[in-house]
Amino acid sequence: MRILVCVKRVPAPGAKIVLTDDAQAIDTSLLSFTVSPHEECAVEEAVRIAESHEGSVTVMTLGPEDAEEQLRSALAVGASEAVLVPTDGSDWDPISTASALVAAIQELESEGGFDLILFGNESADSGGYQVGVRVARTLGRPIVSGIKGIEVEADGFALRRDTPTGSEIYKVPSPAVVGVKEGINLPRYPTLKGRLNAKKIEVTRSTQDRAGSGQAMVRLVTPQVEINETVILGDGPEAASAVVDLLEELQLFT
Amino acid sequence: MILVLLTHDRGALDESSLQGLTYARRLGEEIHAVSVGAEIAELGEYGVVVQHVVEHEALDDYSPSAWGEALAQLIVLHSPTAVMSTGTERGNEVMAHVGAITGLPMVANCVAIETSGDVWQISRTRWGGSLLEDATLDAPIKLVTITEHAHEAVPAETPSEARVETFTPELSEADLVTKVVDRVVTADGVTLATAPVVVSGGRGVGSPEGFAPLEELAELLGGVVGCSRVVTNNGWRPHSDQVGQTGTVIAPELYVACGISGAIQHWVGMMASKTILAINTDAEAPMVTKADYAIVGDLGPVVPAIVEEIKNRRGI
Repeated sequence: MRILVCVKRVPAPGAKIVLTDDAQAIDTSLLSFTVSPHEECAVEEAVRIAESHEGSVTVMTLGPEDAEEQLRSALAVGASEAVLVPTDGSDWDPISTASALVAAIQELESEGGFDLILFGNESADSGGYQVGVRVARTLGRPIVSGIKGIEVEADGFALRRDTPTGSEIYKVPSPAVVGVKEGINLPRYPTLKGRLNAKKIEVTRSTQDRAGSGQAMVRLVTPQVEINETVILGDGPEAASAVVDLLEELQLFT
Repeated sequence: MILVLLTHDRGALDESSLQGLTYARRLGEEIHAVSVGAEIAELGEYGVVVQHVVEHEALDDYSPSAWGEALAQLIVLHSPTAVMSTGTERGNEVMAHVGAITGLPMVANCVAIETSGDVWQISRTRWGGSLLEDATLDAPIKLVTITEHAHEAVPAETPSEARVETFTPELSEADLVTKVVDRVVTADGVTLATAPVVVSGGRGVGSPEGFAPLEELAELLGGVVGCSRVVTNNGWRPHSDQVGQTGTVIAPELYVACGISGAIQHWVGMMASKTILAINTDAEAPMVTKADYAIVGDLGPVVPAIVEEIKNRRGI
């Protein structure tokens, strides 16, 4: 079983997001970088499936040279190959991202196709909710997003998605593409041995053109936060009476 | 004319769908709704002039690929200015398919749209809503979704007729390759997404057992229990209880945040709550400073005290 996981390098913001002076990006001078929790789980899921089905995991990212750090993190927890589709560091729109990934995947697949391609449900930063769908459609493969369970079956995959009241099941033939959500597993931490192994693996580069589309970012904006005066109902258990008064006022207590 | 996709589960309308529909009315064009595989009642109240009901024997349950294909065929038939939906899980998913099928850009999770001129000026959410992006959209047909809970659903001032037109798409086997084939129902009644009250716990709860008083409080108020990411990462609660950017995004009448500091990834998942009550030992925690009401204190004794007070007043 050959599995590909696509991830995106994003900053790990703290309690407040600070922008650069030109408002084109987040000021990352004091921030570390990571991938979306969805993608971290996608990498873990790929490694688990590969471990139980004699498979291998390739991890791919479209991003700046520094995104090699995120590829190495995936290598450290069990991926065996890594591909960087380099950018100049600017944010690519979803159509450009998807078409570059498709071209890179097709290059990789000249050596044998992937049975399963995993994406995170949406990227943590730009949240376009579509790159996986565009890649799958272009490759002519089925995709279901929001997936919290993958079972390997004889000729495909059973996919589980949470609903407000339980879950719904999809069955797709192989090869397939899946948008994974956090909660599908609890990702492992890399071991020292894993980290050392990851350093020995060469990251391949696959340079692709930026297609462009009618969607363009102009600037980032920090949302206006309403100045809010918190009403302190009290300290400790003696505040209980004030809380229930509030519940009555809100008509939540009958 | 603007086509608005309404999402539903086997005929039960996703109420969030009406938020996107409400926003679409502001853009000053005739509103046509699309519902795939089911007819939705009383859309006239929301200013819908025509409801396109997509009928096909294979569309008895949700299929992202087939819903996208059907919508793409309706676009060819009616040449709308724009196609919109609320940015729910299904809304964003189907609109992504429409974007992929048509090759058009799709701008997800918009909060404001300025439509004068051929190029739309859009404000959309990033980072689950903790950051906004000003963007431009230049496309012959605009595909956008409206951020869930960013705008309330309200009926139109003047109702319209909501004439039903049926449409039968041509669907191949490939279009139906992704479809719900089975379901597991684990909860009935109130759910995290729709509960009027959510009593949520964070790191301060301390253990899986620590949630028992929160459960009791939630039950007394007809609500459910939620939690922060740290809680699911520790394995104290299932991920389906998680509120936040990578969990469930909610807008209850009352959100009670017990021992939750209020990291932005959590805040964006519940900031649309009508009233927020924080219970926290740290008066400087972001959740406390941003909440409407707060109790500064240890949730350990505080939550049972609230439970007792409710029981006393009810005479239980």
